Amino acid sequence: MAAKKAKKTQKVVVPKLVEDAPLYIPEPQYLPVRKRGKPTFTGYRRENGRVGVRNHVLLLPLDDLSNASCEAVANNIKGTLAVPHPYGRLQFGEDLELHFRTLIGTGTNPNVAAVIVIGIETDWTQRVVDGIAKSGKPVAGYAIEQNGDHKVIWAASRQAKEFVHWASEKQREVCSIDELWVSTKCGESDTTSGLASNPTVGNFIDKMDAWGATTCFGETSEITGAELVCQTRGKTKAAGDKFLKTWQAYMDEVIEPFKTSDLSDSQPTKGNIEGGLTTIEEKAFGNMEKIGKKAKYVDVLEPAVEPSKGKGLYFMDTSSAAAECVTLQAAAGFVVHLFPTGQGNVVGNPIEPVIKLTANPRTVRTMREHIDYDCSGILRREMNFDQAGDGLIDLTMRVCNGRLTAAEGLGQRQFVLTKLYRSA
Amino acid sequence: MPKAPHFLVHEVEDTVGVIVVEDATKNRNLEGWLMAKDSTLRIKSKSDIPLGHKIALSNIKKGDTIMKYGHDIGKAIADIPKGGHVHVHNVKTKRW
Repeated sequence: MAAKKAKKTQKVVVPKLVEDAPLYIPEPQYLPVRKRGKPTFTGYRRENGRVGVRNHVLLLPLDDLSNASCEAVANNIKGTLAVPHPYGRLQFGEDLELHFRTLIGTGTNPNVAAVIVIGIETDWTQRVVDGIAKSGKPVAGYAIEQNGDHKVIWAASRQAKEFVHWASEKQREVCSIDELWVSTKCGESDTTSGLASNPTVGNFIDKMDAWGATTCFGETSEITGAELVCQTRGKTKAAGDKFLKTWQAYMDEVIEPFKTSDLSDSQPTKGNIEGGLTTIEEKAFGNMEKIGKKAKYVDVLEPAVEPSKGKGLYFMDTSSAAAECVTLQAAAGFVVHLFPTGQGNVVGNPIEPVIKLTANPRTVRTMREHIDYDCSGILRREMNFDQAGDGLIDLTMRVCNGRLTAAEGLGQRQFVLTKLYRSA
Repeated sequence: MPKAPHFLVHEVEDTVGVIVVEDATKNRNLEGWLMAKDSTLRIKSKSDIPLGHKIALSNIKKGDTIMKYGHDIGKAIADIPKGGHVHVHNVKTKRW
């Protein structure tokens, strides 16, 4: 068959590098996404039935001592992803449980095809391997003690190469929207977040909720000021009460014992204040716009715990720090993330693609490379929330189908474990 | 298509609006969009107000509750004139 002739040859000029230098944006080639009505997406069906939208071969360090080996293997074997982090030694109690849960959850996430765990000691490495193996996906583990980095890197590289061959043949299939798990968290918020980008996510969540998707929001500290309104958004009284209890525990166990002054220097953050947010209450009501008008949360999850009460919206007890929150949500099994920002947070995550949207026209202009979706038109009355929400659904389906997000393209992949207290 | 507003107001009960343009300078006649009612308000700015920062919709007395989203978001710690800049210098949370 003769190759199709291009319609016209584009004249490409090597540009001067000024801020508005021309960009070559090729003709879109994604499949049309149905904007109205229930969309579908393509994903990778895993051994446990869950659906992922990415296909990583993961090199998961158990602890800080194993980062170098994981990164060496990732350098040896292309198509793998190492997620270095600073913890995993001498943790105990609830903090250690959370560490294991986060690592096992990260490996279990359906965006991950196969996992290699590397740890300093055999026993804890084995524990993470066993936890991930329950999902049915291929997993292997190596311990450094009495082996050394060289032997571990050799063995793990051999195994990683086989996993890459295997994973790269995995095909996407058409999936129903009720198989999609979407998390959300906002960051570097300003008043435009509450006015437009958060309600755009809210519109998305309301529509997804009606279609039976599983969704999640968190940020316990940032609900402060709106906690009683948030309580009323529980699907059952028990869910609402559980939220209020979780919020109160956070206030009593974290804020009260550790605060050195009032929290006005941290909440709102300096970036929030720069963006016009004055009080934590103002920030909280803006934050709550993310869960829409109708959706009610089914249950309140502990950090990194997978939802178990069916489809719907969930609240997770998380920090409001962007990377910590997204890392916990990814560890709970969420596969794509919506991140509305005002002043321009640049966070990404290695496991789930982070879609960044803003309504702040200045951020769109000054930080264009970080923004996947511009909804500043709402502020100019050029689009309403329904249209903005549909546009976000459209883009999210494209990201699920494989489009790389701004954060993925820029290599923003913060893997930040939540640590509850000092190690032993 | 309606004209692009200078500031937005969420709810009827709100006592502040949010500037959404980068040129809300002192003594400008600003047009606002009350989103809940889809209606228009007009206010003259009393100072330069940056994008994203709040403008007082009426005269606010020290101690008054500031309403936004139809909710209490804090209290005035100084008198604020109608059209004035509302932020951390004249409003504080009641909480901490």
